[in-house]
Amino acid sequence: MTFQPPRIVITGIGLTAPNGNTLAEYRANLLAGVSGVQSFDVRYMGKLLAGVCDFDPLKYQKRKEVRVGTRAGSISIYCAREAVTHSGVDFDSLEKDRIGIYIGTTEHGNVETENEIYAISKFDYDTKFWSHYHNPRTVANNPAGEVSLSLGVTGPAYAIGAACAAGNLGLIHAAQMLRLGEVDFAICGGVSESIHTFGIFAGFKSQGALATHKDPTKASRPFDLARNGIVVSEGGALYTLERLEDAQKRGATIYGEIAGYCVNSDASDYVLPNPTRQAECVRKALKSAQLAASDIHIVNTHATATPQGDIQECGALRDVFGEGCPDTSVNNTKSFIGHAMGAAGALELAGNLPSFEDRMVHPTINVDDLDPQCALPGLVLNQPRKVAKVDTILNNSFGMLGINSTLIVKRFAP
Amino acid sequence: MTHDECKQLVVDIIADVAPDEDITNIKPDVRLRDQLELDSMDFLDIVMELRKRHNIEVPEADYPELASLDSCANYLTPKFEALGK
Repeated sequence: MTFQPPRIVITGIGLTAPNGNTLAEYRANLLAGVSGVQSFDVRYMGKLLAGVCDFDPLKYQKRKEVRVGTRAGSISIYCAREAVTHSGVDFDSLEKDRIGIYIGTTEHGNVETENEIYAISKFDYDTKFWSHYHNPRTVANNPAGEVSLSLGVTGPAYAIGAACAAGNLGLIHAAQMLRLGEVDFAICGGVSESIHTFGIFAGFKSQGALATHKDPTKASRPFDLARNGIVVSEGGALYTLERLEDAQKRGATIYGEIAGYCVNSDASDYVLPNPTRQAECVRKALKSAQLAASDIHIVNTHATATPQGDIQECGALRDVFGEGCPDTSVNNTKSFIGHAMGAAGALELAGNLPSFEDRMVHPTINVDDLDPQCALPGLVLNQPRKVAKVDTILNNSFGMLGINSTLIVKRFAP
Repeated sequence: MTHDECKQLVVDIIADVAPDEDITNIKPDVRLRDQLELDSMDFLDIVMELRKRHNIEVPEADYPELASLDSCANYLTPKFEALGK
């Protein structure tokens, strides 16, 4: 008898994006074409463009907790508590040692380290002025650890470092842990505090990959001929995942089912993507979901609006989807919110999940002049599109050092 | 510097270190930790802020001197005066 792994379902979503602090607000803005990119002051660099979140950290934290913790911690706590509330679970009744917290991050610790170096620069770099909070703030598990403190969760709580594929990996890892029976309830996804480190902006600028535009809302423009790089953003999206049996037992609303996934590596370059491995990742995810390419109704692209990166992902998608998938729509969420780094995959999935209900596909905005090399069949440009059917969403997220992830979520059908 | 002025400087620091606490009625003769939610990391913050704001060093062996506002004033006022404040 073949082993049938437990089915894993999404039962709650909590998020903060540059254009929304709830799923409903975020989704409404994605359908209305509302960008969340704005002018943002970056230490040493001045005014740049960024996706900035305006959630209220004091909704779930004391002032002292905000002061002692990190921005990534605050984002994580906000998203986790929103997700738990959204899930409708009686959280007090859950065994806290059976809850897992798995949070994807692109990087962690840069913000605090830069802040401390800046602080001691005012004291002639005397390290006796270095904060005693530096280590708890910069350990890689900080965001997940802050959630465990906030919720009193005593099960496993850690971060998953996976560059810009991390949001997908949070969900994938949680599904695996639920299937293994390691935990009974998972809070998972990805977060990013990246806009608070000048290093990420300076790094992309040195790489020639930082977006500029006189209108901030038009700066993030994947697939457009005039695209000129990445808009760095902060944000987070955390989900509650459960085994189907447990979710049904408590009468949970089910927002989608994890259908399949793949994580692989390019093993070819530090920063340049590899379309062959990306296509392989998508194909393996389809295989794990037991779906054909033509069964996918929405493909959410990773495209970050770098000149070459977009073309290469489009090449990978053409390789898999060809011209023969008339029911497949393709979109991109970064055109609204910029690149939310570790949160990107998780936020972008959240932006599309409501399509199971309303059959609307949010567009890719800011495409005034479509790059012919990015002219994928099914690309939804500038205006949302009502489609006949949305039963499947394929979510791509790729990252530096050649990490690729594809997550497929399907409409729940008992 | 008077003891009262010294106590006020400590209260100003506590207001930043423990922003959720009511600092309007701190009893000067009662241990700070018995009337405010302050942990050992917060005391390290107070020591750090004395160093940053006022150039005053409190050696670890002297940390117990910071137990209450009264003991802070007794211990810190001569240090402020030594700095000409």
